[in-house]
Amino acid sequence: MARRLAAPLRRLGGVVFSVILTFLGLTAVTFVIGRFMPIDPVISIVGDKASTEVYDRVYKELGLDQPVVVQYATYLSKVVRGEFGNSVMTARPVLEDVWRVFPATMELASLALIIGVLVGVPMGVIAATNRGRVVDQIVRFMSLLGYSMPVFWLGLVGLLLFYAKLGWVEGPGRLDVAFDDMVPTITGLITIDAILAGEDEVFFNALGHLILPASILGYLSLAYIARMTRSFMLAQLEQEYILAALAKGLSPWRVVWVHALGNVWVQLITVVALTFGSLLEGAVLTETVFAWPGLGLYMKNSLFAADLNAVLGATLLIGTIYIFLNMLSDIVYTLVDPRAREPS
Amino acid sequence: MMDAPLLRVRNLSVTYPSDDGDFKAVRNVSFTLGRERLGIVGESGSGKSTTGRAIMGLARPPARVAADELVLGDIDLRTQSERQLRRLRGKRMAMVLQDPKYSLDPVMSVGQQIAETHRTHLNSSKAEAKAASLEMLNAVHIRDPERVYAMYPHQVSGGMGQRIMIAMMLIAGPELLIADEPTSALDVTVQSQVLSIMDELVRERGMGLILISHNLHLVSSFCDRVLVMYAGQIVEICDAGRLADAQHPYTRGLLAALPELGRRRHELPQLQRDPAWMDDIVTPLETTSVKGGA
Ligand SMILES: Nc1ncnc2c1ncn2[C@@H]1O[C@H](COP(=O)(O)OP(=O)(O)O)[C@@H](O)[C@H]1O
Ligand SMILES: [Mg+2]
Repeated sequence: MARRLAAPLRRLGGVVFSVILTFLGLTAVTFVIGRFMPIDPVISIVGDKASTEVYDRVYKELGLDQPVVVQYATYLSKVVRGEFGNSVMTARPVLEDVWRVFPATMELASLALIIGVLVGVPMGVIAATNRGRVVDQIVRFMSLLGYSMPVFWLGLVGLLLFYAKLGWVEGPGRLDVAFDDMVPTITGLITIDAILAGEDEVFFNALGHLILPASILGYLSLAYIARMTRSFMLAQLEQEYILAALAKGLSPWRVVWVHALGNVWVQLITVVALTFGSLLEGAVLTETVFAWPGLGLYMKNSLFAADLNAVLGATLLIGTIYIFLNMLSDIVYTLVDPRAREPS
Repeated sequence: MMDAPLLRVRNLSVTYPSDDGDFKAVRNVSFTLGRERLGIVGESGSGKSTTGRAIMGLARPPARVAADELVLGDIDLRTQSERQLRRLRGKRMAMVLQDPKYSLDPVMSVGQQIAETHRTHLNSSKAEAKAASLEMLNAVHIRDPERVYAMYPHQVSGGMGQRIMIAMMLIAGPELLIADEPTSALDVTVQSQVLSIMDELVRERGMGLILISHNLHLVSSFCDRVLVMYAGQIVEICDAGRLADAQHPYTRGLLAALPELGRRRHELPQLQRDPAWMDDIVTPLETTSVKGGA
C-alpha cells in the first residue's frame, strides 16, 4: 500500500519542486530587469524636478541603498504576498489592475485556442491522411502563411475588410459603448457574463467584437497545431496497431479518427498548452491593434509610460500562467494517456 | 482429406515500385490451404509478411499485388471492393502480428479493443460485445477476464498481450488466421503456451492457419505442412514430418542450422546460396506431388 502511494507522491513532490524553482527563476529575472532597466524608479515617482533631499529619501524608502540580495529577498516576500506596488499610470495597486484586465485577454486567447484546436487538428489529420495530395499542399501553404504573417498587419487588414468595408463584425474594443456596464461582472468574460445575465443583445455585440481578433490569433495558433498534428499523425499511421485495427475490419475512418487520433492527442497536449501561452504573448500586438483592454494593451501602455511596477507585475503574471499551464498539461496528460496514470 | 480448400493462391506477386526499378518482394507464389496448419518459413526479407498482408488485402502502399487466383472459400478476393474486403477482414480472415506491445492500441483498454471487432462485424450492442469479449478472454485462458478487460496494453505481459491479440482477431469467428511471427517477440517461456492456445482454438473451430516464422524448428513441429520461401519465391513445399527428405539445398541449409536452437532470434547462420534457385518456382502441381505421401 505504502509503495503504491510512494510513486505518485514522489511525482507530485517533483512537480511542486520544479514549480517553486521555476517561480524563483522567474522572479529573479523580473527583479534583474527591474534593476537594470534604463528607467530610474525614483524619478518615476518623484519626477525629474525633485530636489536631491527628496530624491535621496525616496531612494532610501525604496530600499535601493541595501545590498542586492536583501533587495531581492524583500522583492520576493512582497511578490509572494501579491504586493507589486502601485501603477504610476493608474495610481492603483498593480495586482488590482492586472486582475481587472486579465479576463479580457483570457476571453480572447481562449476563443483563439478553441478555434485553433477545432480547425487545426482536423486540418492536420486530413493533411496527413492525404499526404502529398492537393489538400496536403493547401494545408501546408496555409500553415506557412500563418507563420509568416505579422499579427498587426493581419489585424489591420481584417479590420479594414470585415469591419470597415463589409460590416460583418464589430470594431475595436470589447463592447459598443451603449452596452457598457449592462451586465454584472461575474467571470469577467463578457460573452459568458451576458449569457449568465440572459442578455442576448450584449452577447452578440460582445461576440461581434471578439470574433475577428480571436480568429486572427486563432489562425496563428492553428498554423502550428495543424503542422504538429500532421506530423504526429503520420508517425502514428506507421504503427503496428494501425495494421492490426485494419486487419480486424475497421473502417479507415475509425482507424484514423479513433485509434490514431487517440494517440495523437497524447502528444498534442503539450503543444496546445504551449500554444495557449504564446497566445497570451501574441495578445500584446493583437490587443494594441484592436484596442482590446486586456493584459497586452495594459503592458504596452505601461511600457510606453515607463511604469515599471506595472510591466514587471504583468510579466510575472504571464510567467506564472506559463508555469500553471505546464502543470495543467501534466495533469491532462495523465487523463489522456493510460501509461502515465501509474508509477513506472 | 483436403475438401473444398479454404484459400487458393495462384501466382501471387507483389511488387514495390521504386525510382531505381521495381522490386519484386513476392514472385509467383502458389499454394492451397485447407483446414490445416501451414507454416511459411524463410529468412528475414524473403517475403513472408508481404505474402500474408497481400492475402489480407493490406499490402503496404504503394505495393502492386497481382495474382491469377486469390480465393477465400468461394470469394474471389481480387474482385472485392475495399468496402467488401473490410467485411471479410476480422470476420472471415484475420491476422495476428508479431509484438503485442506495438500491435495493440496503447490508449484503448484491451477489452474495448476486443469488443470493437465484435461490434464491427456482428452489429452487437455494447453489453453483448462485452459479454462475448469476456468469454473470448476466457477461451484464451485468461483467468480473471473482468479485471483484464479493463486493463491497458502496457499493463499486460507479452504472453498475455498476444493472447489478447488472438482473442481480438478470433472473436468474430474467422475461418482463416494468418499469424505473422506470433511468438518471435515473446519470452521463450511463454512461446509454446501461446502457440498451444492458438492451436487449440484453430482446431476447435476447424480453421485454417498460416503460421509465418523464420524458425524452421518451430514451424515443423507445429504445422502440418511447411512452405519454404527464398527471395520471394517458394522453393519447397512438403509435409512437416517429411522435412528430412527435403530436396532443395536452401531447405537443407535451414535444416542443418537447426541444432543451434539457443541462438538469438533473427540470427540465421550464413547459408549457401545459389542464384540458380531464383528459377526454382514451385507450381501447385509439384505441391501435390510432394504432398502425395501424406
Ligand atoms: N514498403 C516497402 N517498400 C519497398 N520494399 C519493401 C517494403 N516492405 C518490404 N519490402 C521488401 O520486401 C521484401 C520482403 O519483406 P517481408 O515480406 O517483410 O519479409 P519477411 O516477412 O519474410 O521478413 C524485403 O526485401 C523488404 O525489404
Ligand atoms: Mg516479416
